[in-house]
Amino acid sequence: MIEVTVIDREGEEHLLEAPTDMGLNMMEVCKSYELPVEGTCGGMALCASCHMYVESDNELPEPTEAEEDMLDQAFFVKPNSRLGCQLKLNEDLDGLVVRLAPVGE
Amino acid sequence: MRKNSEILTRTDIIIVGAGPVGLFTVFEAGLLKLKCHLVDVLGQPGGQLTEIYPKKPIYDIPGYPSVLASELVDNLMKQIEPFNPEFTLGEKAEKIEKIEDSLFKLTTDQGTEICAPVIAIAGGLGSFEPRKPPLENLEKYEGKGVDYIVKDPEKYRDRDIVIAGGGDSALDWTIYLAEIAKSIKLIHRRSSFRGAIDSVEKVMELANSGKVDLITNAQVTAISGANSLESVTLETSNGIVDFNADYFIPLFGLTPKLGPIGEWGLEIEDNAIKVNTYDYSTNIPGIYAIGDINTYPGKLKLILCGFHEGTLMVQSAFKHIYPDQKLSFKYTTVTGISGLE
Repeated sequence: MIEVTVIDREGEEHLLEAPTDMGLNMMEVCKSYELPVEGTCGGMALCASCHMYVESDNELPEPTEAEEDMLDQAFFVKPNSRLGCQLKLNEDLDGLVVRLAPVGE
Repeated sequence: MRKNSEILTRTDIIIVGAGPVGLFTVFEAGLLKLKCHLVDVLGQPGGQLTEIYPKKPIYDIPGYPSVLASELVDNLMKQIEPFNPEFTLGEKAEKIEKIEDSLFKLTTDQGTEICAPVIAIAGGLGSFEPRKPPLENLEKYEGKGVDYIVKDPEKYRDRDIVIAGGGDSALDWTIYLAEIAKSIKLIHRRSSFRGAIDSVEKVMELANSGKVDLITNAQVTAISGANSLESVTLETSNGIVDFNADYFIPLFGLTPKLGPIGEWGLEIEDNAIKVNTYDYSTNIPGIYAIGDINTYPGKLKLILCGFHEGTLMVQSAFKHIYPDQKLSFKYTTVTGISGLE
């Protein structure tokens, strides 16, 4: 079990407990806590509806080309932008802080 | 006097959504000799499978250890061909109204009207619509300088255009409009593009010859103008810059929205339509919901569950249309496919 913090679009912080042995990713964790993350494609890095900013300095794997391609469909992309579905939960993510990126209507 | 219904397209079941579940429902309806008419906002059948993940393998379709999403759609189209379904593609189902006791009329956003005693909503996640950037006052400029799709390229002649995006449509329209527009800027958040290599090369050529102003590592952060769009603000690696623009065309792909379905008087819960699992009927008699668009206790959003839902749904639809007729259940191994005879 690790702890991650998700800051929603209203600026509210949610401290979440998440298991590392269920093959979950950050998009799925947010959805399971009913935070407003769509995850339209189900985690295939084929939409950009789980765009989030990583605000902590956890060691993360570099984004793949596929992830970069999909970030092209997101808005307000920053150097710390990631797709939540590509952040697989493991011990390295303990203490992770992410902020949900803005979405269009 | 002719009734409205006599001059309209008439079918047994209108299926809203031509994804895998909508398509397979044509087959099951066909076995009961019910005709179907499919309506989809996308220009081609397949829904998410075609639009989002055509080249992804699917592993949980019974009988297929692995099948590409696009192959599954091709196979479904072949499977339903004997039943001659009708399609209205590239149009969004906008309105449903009851025109007679047991007859609905569905109207699309382009004014196409179709009548049927039964409507099956197989709308998946909703209708695919252009993804809109979260910019302040964006709506104010929609149709007044902000366009999400290029319908009539001529309107951009001798105008100052800003296109944003990094995919094929952004590249293709930049190339096309470079010949027409007074000036054209393509804004992209990084220096590499995900579009077809040919298109990328062509845009680079146009940029080198000065026909396109290619601005990478930049994003549009604001738009402004008195009554219509006048300028676009970019955040670039060199700071904030403003450009005059008559048109801003953000091309960031499509995203599904529940859209008009939410206004049809159906019971909605978490963006899904509540159904009775006996026959996947909604709170409105004659309207059913199948596949990802519906919800019930234990719901799983799987293609194979949608196939099951469509199969049970058409049995109920038959009884709804022909309350006095008996329906005898037959296996396809016994009857074959009547349309092929």
